[in-house]
Amino acid sequence: MVDAFDASRYWQLSEMVSLRDEEFGALAYHHVNRRLVFLKSRELVDVVRRLGDYESANEALGAIVAPDQHDRYVAALATLQKAALINGR
Amino acid sequence: MGAESSLRNRFERGLAAPICLTWELTYACNLACTHCLSSSGRRDPRELTTAEAKALIDEIAAMQIFYVNVGGGEPMIRRDFFELVEHAVNQHVGVKFSTNGTRIDRDAAKRLAGIDYLDIQISIDGVDALTSDRIRGAGSYDAARRAMDNLRDADFGQFKISVVMTKENVEQLDDFEVLAKSYGAELRLTRLRPSGRGVEVWNELHPTLEQNRGLYRWLLERPNVLTGDSFFHLSALGSPLEGLNLCGAGRVVCLIDPVGDVYACPFVIHDEFLAGNVRDAGFASVWTNSELFRSLREPGSAGACASCGSFDACRGGCMAAKFFTGLEMSDPDPECVFGHGEAALAAKRVLIRPISSADHSRKVPVTLSAR
Repeated sequence: MVDAFDASRYWQLSEMVSLRDEEFGALAYHHVNRRLVFLKSRELVDVVRRLGDYESANEALGAIVAPDQHDRYVAALATLQKAALINGR
Repeated sequence: MGAESSLRNRFERGLAAPICLTWELTYACNLACTHCLSSSGRRDPRELTTAEAKALIDEIAAMQIFYVNVGGGEPMIRRDFFELVEHAVNQHVGVKFSTNGTRIDRDAAKRLAGIDYLDIQISIDGVDALTSDRIRGAGSYDAARRAMDNLRDADFGQFKISVVMTKENVEQLDDFEVLAKSYGAELRLTRLRPSGRGVEVWNELHPTLEQNRGLYRWLLERPNVLTGDSFFHLSALGSPLEGLNLCGAGRVVCLIDPVGDVYACPFVIHDEFLAGNVRDAGFASVWTNSELFRSLREPGSAGACASCGSFDACRGGCMAAKFFTGLEMSDPDPECVFGHGEAALAAKRVLIRPISSADHSRKVPVTLSAR
């Protein structure tokens, strides 16, 4: 069972996941659960790729996205966590 | 995996690389199913060599194609089958392969169970030998069940049972579900296409309108049953089925055949849909530059379906189904749920049905020896 998404914690792109850039954003494929997920904006792809460079998801979002977009991205990351695309340490 | 219309429009304009790449490893097959999409039987002497096949896998990995659907013919007939599978999975290219199961004895099952990133689809076309063997040949059902037993005994994990829906076996849907459950397997249902040798049997074997309606309702209640987006023509009946619900040919899907020819999708092995060959400048070049693929990525017209309120749901249906039944691309799908396809077929004064230009059927009947 995975923990609920907590934006104050550290998160990173799972090692099991490959990202392939596309015009609309990216395709993400989880090699173990075989799930294919569509990331529908370049910004979200950027956030997901760089997430692991920051101490917490909040810090990553503070550095990468506009403040008024923060909540939207937290929701998106929570969805990605449910799909096991991102994980904690 | 639902996709709303904006994303779907993007897909229709094509992607940097396919989402779903099918690679028929060989035209050789020890069965002779009446509906074979690739008219398989005899090995083609021009088949890609092991070195060429490995180079193609390297290119697939470089294009970040996450997995490849391997089929045939019977892919396990190739002597280098395991070598190629291992070459793919070692660079994280997942392999999903379709097999008739005849080569999955206890030892092969153990070997398969030891490979990560591997999915297996075992084909049967009826829930009993009588129904299935009529299509796949005498002894084929028992052989497939032995393969399933062997995979279970080898602790392979979850495999898939793959069924092409016909007028006969569509009545066995609940039984297929029970069978899959008994193995802890996933059930995968696909559409009967009038492609390859299927040209000969489609008229008598495709499900009726009423059966298709029942199938749609059954699938809608079971989002976990896999369909490979096969039945998007049925989405015109109401809520969309699971999947992208579009014709992916040359856009998000394509087929590489055993000799390296690249076709728009697994259901159109025909000169008219031949985009190029991987032996020339490689696969990526065909995917990106082929004139055929570029034209398939242009916005198409809705044709005869323009006035239908459901066009957005089914997008006019399957290109291959139209082509091989003798319909125009601007016509409705031959199995249009509102009967427009049947009407279009009936209205044609002359019906010219193309036949496969790469027929590898064997000339002598096949017998499967029991093991």
